[in-house]
Amino acid sequence: MRAQSRIAFILLLTPLLLWLGLLILIPHIDMALISLRERISFGVYETSLLQYQKALTEPLYLRTFWRTAVMSVLATAITLLIAFPVAYYIAKMARGRLQQVLFMLCLIPFYVSELVRTFGWMILLRETGLISNLLQWAGLADQPVEMLYNDAAMMVGLVYTSMLFMVVPLVTTLESLDDSVVEAGYDLGGNGLSVLREIIIPHAMPGIVSGCIVVFMLSLGNYLTPTMLGGKDSLWFTEMIYNQFIVRSNWELGAAFGFMLLVLSSVIVWGMLRLTGRTLQETMG
Amino acid sequence: MTPDLACVDLVKRFDETTAVDNVSFSVPPGSFFSILGPSGCGKTTIMRMIAGFLDPTSGDIRIKGRSVLDTPPNKRPVNMVFQHLALFPMMTIAENIGYGLRRQKMPKDQIARKVDAALERIGLPGIGARKVDELSGGQKQRVAIARCMVLEPDVLLLDEPLGALDLKLREHMKVELKALQAAFDTTFVYITHDQSEALVMSDQIAVMNAGRFEQVGTGQDLYYRPETPFVAGFIGEANRWKGRIERAEGDVLQLRAETGLAIRATTAGGLAAGDRAEIFVRPESIRLAGSAGALSDVDNHLQGRVTSILFNGAASRVLVEDEAGETLEVTLPQSGEFASLQRGDTVHIGWGAAQASCFGGQG
Amino acid sequence: MTRTILLTSILIAGLAGAAQAETLRLLTWGGYAPDDVVQMFEEQTGHTVEVTKSNNEEMIAKLRATGGGGFDLAQPSQDRVMGPQMEFGIYKPIDMSKIDQSQFIESMLMATMANTTVGDEVYGVPHVWGTSGLVMNTAEAGEVVKDYTDLCDPAVAGKVSYRLKRPTLIGFAFAMGEDPFAAYGDEAKYTEIMEKVEAKLIECKANVKTYWGGGDELMNLVRSGEVTASMAWDTGGWKLNDDNADITFVAPASGALGWIDTFVLPAKGQADEAAYAWINFVMQPEIAARITAAAGNFTASAGADEFAEDALKAKYQASFPQEAIDNIKWYPPVPAGLESIEGEVLDRVQAAN
Repeated sequence: MRAQSRIAFILLLTPLLLWLGLLILIPHIDMALISLRERISFGVYETSLLQYQKALTEPLYLRTFWRTAVMSVLATAITLLIAFPVAYYIAKMARGRLQQVLFMLCLIPFYVSELVRTFGWMILLRETGLISNLLQWAGLADQPVEMLYNDAAMMVGLVYTSMLFMVVPLVTTLESLDDSVVEAGYDLGGNGLSVLREIIIPHAMPGIVSGCIVVFMLSLGNYLTPTMLGGKDSLWFTEMIYNQFIVRSNWELGAAFGFMLLVLSSVIVWGMLRLTGRTLQETMG
Repeated sequence: MTPDLACVDLVKRFDETTAVDNVSFSVPPGSFFSILGPSGCGKTTIMRMIAGFLDPTSGDIRIKGRSVLDTPPNKRPVNMVFQHLALFPMMTIAENIGYGLRRQKMPKDQIARKVDAALERIGLPGIGARKVDELSGGQKQRVAIARCMVLEPDVLLLDEPLGALDLKLREHMKVELKALQAAFDTTFVYITHDQSEALVMSDQIAVMNAGRFEQVGTGQDLYYRPETPFVAGFIGEANRWKGRIERAEGDVLQLRAETGLAIRATTAGGLAAGDRAEIFVRPESIRLAGSAGALSDVDNHLQGRVTSILFNGAASRVLVEDEAGETLEVTLPQSGEFASLQRGDTVHIGWGAAQASCFGGQG
Repeated sequence: MTRTILLTSILIAGLAGAAQAETLRLLTWGGYAPDDVVQMFEEQTGHTVEVTKSNNEEMIAKLRATGGGGFDLAQPSQDRVMGPQMEFGIYKPIDMSKIDQSQFIESMLMATMANTTVGDEVYGVPHVWGTSGLVMNTAEAGEVVKDYTDLCDPAVAGKVSYRLKRPTLIGFAFAMGEDPFAAYGDEAKYTEIMEKVEAKLIECKANVKTYWGGGDELMNLVRSGEVTASMAWDTGGWKLNDDNADITFVAPASGALGWIDTFVLPAKGQADEAAYAWINFVMQPEIAARITAAAGNFTASAGADEFAEDALKAKYQASFPQEAIDNIKWYPPVPAGLESIEGEVLDRVQAAN
């Protein structure tokens, strides 16, 4: 009996281990090895830390690295600020059918691919696009207005793409907040702000943290939105990785960049958990 | 003396339905006032209007003589203990109790002192640092009350706070709530659907049905002198008959029930021969006897057969089927006299006209 | 007995047939393998074709990732054959005896063979060729923009676009009077040229509306009038010309940049027979003309001009007077190391404010 259950356990575990091993662990080990190589001449390589040295000393790479990190944090913060009231409305104020409809509205944009969504924003924001034409028609602008190809447009795209991933965990945690707890907060003398700060936000913290982690990772790893909506100097770190791997055929530097990105996201997620005094287990479980 | 809380012609309508229909009452300072009624009768709506979470459609709410209609909930001198207590799970016990004081911008050391004093008062000193979920149901109950009481409200509202407790604890908390109320010397307004909670604790009880107050009075008033058939039926238990009045002589009258039985009863008045009426007789008002002779001095007596004995300690009952085939519930005295009573035994039962309340119009 | 022999011979015939019919996994550009051509090929030869569309960088990255596997025939540009072969060994030599050389324009075949020779082996044969230069709205920008560097003219500020890719660097270098191709072998000299180009591109940055990434994006920008002049491929200009007669491809004064997309055999290709068959099939003049119609570019097929559409020929002639054809700068093979110099320049241009 015991032996049987052990066999069952191994059988159940094998696909998971294969998955982790073949698709995550082995490629990463390979990447790590590639990132530690230096090209000497045609087909001749040596082990060295040159790639990391390059990545950490070249101002452009560092600048892009930090820019991507800061912009991702900013995108996460903006997403949270927009998603919180939306989630609160869906979870606490809307009832029955309206609640479902609103939730669906958040979900519908994800029925089309990210590329199409981004193209949608391009159609809206471009110089000959909808908003520009509307502004001219309304007399608010006397010539075409270009709203594309800048950081603001990129931010709009990032926030839009991430919205659902923030709204869902927030709605889930806010729904579990008993209405009477909020009422008790008011009843005992709290105003809107203090109830939000002392009751609603602490309660929603697991949702906020997990939403922020997901959105941050998505923004950091986004390729399409920054490339298509961003401006002439909006180099995104993923774009740099793509460039190194595909355009420059410089896999060594690309792999080093990849590892830097992995470290960065791990550090920021860890910092976020530390800051809110939560463990990964609490947040994800 | 100005009442602590007074509601004047209070009305609340939700679209088509009238949840609270022209209710007026006043609660004198320091008293324990209960609103008792079945679920959906509008009692929670009244409570939420007093707390400020709902605006009345018309009418006025006055606390210490001043209208609070324009005062938002966080500024009203009333606090509420919620049905599921609504303690803040993200805070410690001390933070929970200190929450309202922090809102008043009280200095920290003063808050700490007040919180300690409150914990002392509810008999739970030293639990301030614990988390909410480390407390038992009864402890949470007391913390919820302390959380309100540190704010020294003029009126404390309690929304069926004992509903979630198990029976034993509920019995215990009834006594304790009454003691806390006396200790804090604050006006309590308590809503419940459980008559025993209301009867045990209250100075005054309002029985509510379908948005209206049926009767306001002490527990004894409601129990012994119900003014409406709803009160008579809702408070305590009763055997009831419907029928037509045959004879009326002042307060005392005789009714012919639909089953053919003639019953003598008393009424608050206003009934004449020929009126349709309903009679309520409590099980404990009915005397049980082995022979007809023992009941010769009572106004009504019947003979019947025991169909069932419902043993429940002090509240044990016997079900007796009379000759007309109707079943009556009769309290089984625990004096030992009827210890040998069995199913199928023939018994005699009887009650005085004063114990049979009669209300007109219900037939 | 007779039945057995009959069955056996049928079986053998079937097996032989199966050995001959191969699946050709073709890694190519959009338009180089139109459906009708694929269908004709499959009917004539019995082989089947699986087409994967890609671009130079991705073709090489894909083949590099698999060590030259996953595909049986690929079509990188001729300047991208020698370097990657020396570096990664992702191609295999072409057996010229299996190719019908008479179908090719001889000068183009010889040039491509020379450019794709590593050791003694030839690795590429030409297929489609074209140029990149300027696509512009001649009515609006024709007066100002004659060469790449004119894209930086204040008169067209905010109305121009180009790619942040190596053709832009090369084009600007020529327009600035340098000869980057001559400096291919001299890394120091090349770096110097690139630094000049970098300064020019950073200075020019404010003039640019956006750096385009994909062909469709550029077409949208020019068609909507948001961009009046851009560096682009000739076919893009000719296609837009159908919608708006003012828009066309113009060869810049310093010369259009000429590219030739080749046929190469990936090192681990498994259907060489089908690959040779495809090459010989598409180089037939009639078939080559069909590909020209689909891709918009001309091929190295001798005699295909006869079958090409007159409209396209007219556009070509309008864009390329004889002196412009003579002035086309053909990409020589890219030596190793240059791309990292270029890459750093491009990165710095993009990051500059």
